[in-house]
Amino acid sequence: MNAPAKEMSKPSIQPQGIAAAARAVYWSIQRELWENRSIYLAPLAAAGVFLAGFLINMVSMRRSAAASALAPAQQLALLTTRYELSAALIMGTAVIVGIFYSLDTLYGERRDRSILFWKSLPVSDLVTVLSKLTIPFLILPLLSLFISLTTQFFMLVLSSMVLPGSGVNIAGLWRGASFFEVSLVLLYHVLTVHGLWYAPLYGWLLLVSVRAPRAPFIWAFLPPFVICGVEKIAFNTTHFLGLLQYRLMGPAEAMAPSGGAKDFMATLIPEHFFSTPGLWTGLAVAAVFVFAAVRLRRYQGPI
Amino acid sequence: MACIEARGLRKAFGTNVALDGINLRVEEGRIVGLIGPNGAGKTTALNAILGLTPFQGELRVLGRDPWAERDRLMCDVSFIADVAVLPRWIRVSQVLDYVAGVHPRFDRGKAEGFLAKTSIRSNRKVRELSKGMVAQLHLALVMAIDARLLVLDEPTLGLDILYRKQFYDSLLNDYFDGNRTIVVTTHQVEEVQHVLTDLLFIDRGRIVLDRSMEEVEARYVEVLVRPEQVAAARALKPIYERQVFGQSVLLFEGVERSRLAAVGEARTPSITDLFVAVMEKRCETSQGAAR
Repeated sequence: MNAPAKEMSKPSIQPQGIAAAARAVYWSIQRELWENRSIYLAPLAAAGVFLAGFLINMVSMRRSAAASALAPAQQLALLTTRYELSAALIMGTAVIVGIFYSLDTLYGERRDRSILFWKSLPVSDLVTVLSKLTIPFLILPLLSLFISLTTQFFMLVLSSMVLPGSGVNIAGLWRGASFFEVSLVLLYHVLTVHGLWYAPLYGWLLLVSVRAPRAPFIWAFLPPFVICGVEKIAFNTTHFLGLLQYRLMGPAEAMAPSGGAKDFMATLIPEHFFSTPGLWTGLAVAAVFVFAAVRLRRYQGPI
Repeated sequence: MACIEARGLRKAFGTNVALDGINLRVEEGRIVGLIGPNGAGKTTALNAILGLTPFQGELRVLGRDPWAERDRLMCDVSFIADVAVLPRWIRVSQVLDYVAGVHPRFDRGKAEGFLAKTSIRSNRKVRELSKGMVAQLHLALVMAIDARLLVLDEPTLGLDILYRKQFYDSLLNDYFDGNRTIVVTTHQVEEVQHVLTDLLFIDRGRIVLDRSMEEVEARYVEVLVRPEQVAAARALKPIYERQVFGQSVLLFEGVERSRLAAVGEARTPSITDLFVAVMEKRCETSQGAAR
C-alpha cells in the first residue's frame, strides 16, 4: 500500500515546492519581525512623540486663540503642514531603521553564530536574502504608511476635541483632510521613493552585511567616501559624489516644479518617474548587489 | 545507496590542507564516530557533508551534491553544529513555530512532547536558558525532524555529566530506529563508545582508521601483561605499549586472542586507548620518514 502512495506523490513535487518556498518566505519575514522589533516599535514611537507634541501645540493654540484669527484656508494649510511633518518624521524614522537593519542583519547572524542554525534548515540563501530585502523594500514603507495615516487620523480627532469653540471650522478640517487622496499619494510615495528609488542603497548595505569581516558600518560608508576623494584628487571631478547625491535626494527631473504645489509628495509625477533612466539603472544595480549577496552567503560561516 | 560517499575529498585553506583526499563510505543505519585530534579536519569534513563549504573531489550525501543543493538536502539531513547556535533572542514557542513553518518533516507535537519532559517553558527566550537546557531544546527540535542523516559536531561540549548522559540516552532511545544514520564527533570518546556502530579516526586531513565496532573488537586486543612475560609479549609485536601502575599494557593488532591469553589478561581496548595508540604510531612513522 505504501509503495504506490509514494509514487503518486512524486509528480506533485513542483507545486509543493512553490508552496514550500512561499511558506519559507512567510516564516523568514516573521522571524525578522521577531528579532528586530524596532521595525514597528521605532515608527510607532515616532508617531507617539509627534502626537504628544501636536496635542501640546493644539492646546496652546486654543489658549492663545491664534487660530481663530486665521482664515479657514490658512487653518487648513497649517494642519496640512503638520500632516506632512508627521509623515516625514515617521517615514524618516522608518528609513533610518531600514538602513541599520540592512547593515546588521546578515552580519549579525554570523556574529552570533546562529547562521549555523538557519543553514541547518531547508531554507535557501535566495529565500533568506530576499526575505531580508523585503523589510526595507516593502514592509517598512507599508508599515510607516499605515502608521502615518493612523497618526493623521488621530491628529484630526485631537483637533476636533481640542479646537471646538475657538472659531475653527471642524467640519471643514475633516473635509479638507481628504483621507483617500492623501492615502493614495502616500502609498505612491513610499512604493516609489522608499522602495524602488532607494533599492540600490539597501542592496549595497545587504552586500556589505553579508561579507564584512567586522564593522560593517565602516565597510558600507568608507568605500564611497574614498572613491569620492580619489576621484577628486585624480581627475578633479565629482561625478561619483553627484551620483550619490542624486540617489539620496531623489530624481529631480521627475519632480514637478514645486511652486505652490499642494502636497510635496504629489510632485513625483508617475510618467516622469517611471521614464527616469536613473530608476532603471538603480534597480539593475540593486539586482546585482542582491544577487551577489545571495551567492556570497553560501560561503559564509560564523565569525 | 550509501548515505555518505566521498572520493578524493580535498579542502585546503591557503597552504593549509584540511582534508587531504578522503575516501569514505557510510551506509544507512549506522552510528559513526568521527574521532580526531584538534585541527585534524573533523569539522571541515562535516561542513563539506552539510554543504557549508565548497570542496574538491567527489562527495554525495543521500545522492545529492551538498554544496550545490544544501537547502534541498536539509529536508533529509539535520545537524547540531555546536552547542550555542540557537539565536539568543528567540522564544521557545517562536522557534517551534518557525521550524514547523519551514521544515516539511518537522513534527511539532513530538518536539513539544520532548520539551514537556524538561523544565523548559515555551515562553522563555533562549538567552534565559542554561547551556544544558539550550542543548535539550536543540536536541528536541532535531529529534522531531524525520531526517535520514543526523550530524552532531561536539554536541555535548561544555555540558555537565548528567546532561551529556541524558543527551545520548534520548538520542538512542527516542530517535535512532536502525534506519537513520548518525555521524558524531566528540572529544568525550568514552561516552559514545557503546553507542557507535562504526569508528573513523581522522588525523591531519586523512582517514587513519575506518572500521565497524565488530571489526575493532575482533582485530584489536589489549593485554595486561604479567611482568615475567613482558619479553614474550613484546615478541608478538604490539602496536603500542603503556604502563599502568607499574604494569605493562600492550595493544595488539590482528594477533589471535588465544596466543595473547597466554601472556596476560586479554580484553577489548577502549576507543580512547586505541586512539592514542593509532595517533602515536602515526607520529613515530612520520618522524621516521622525516629522518
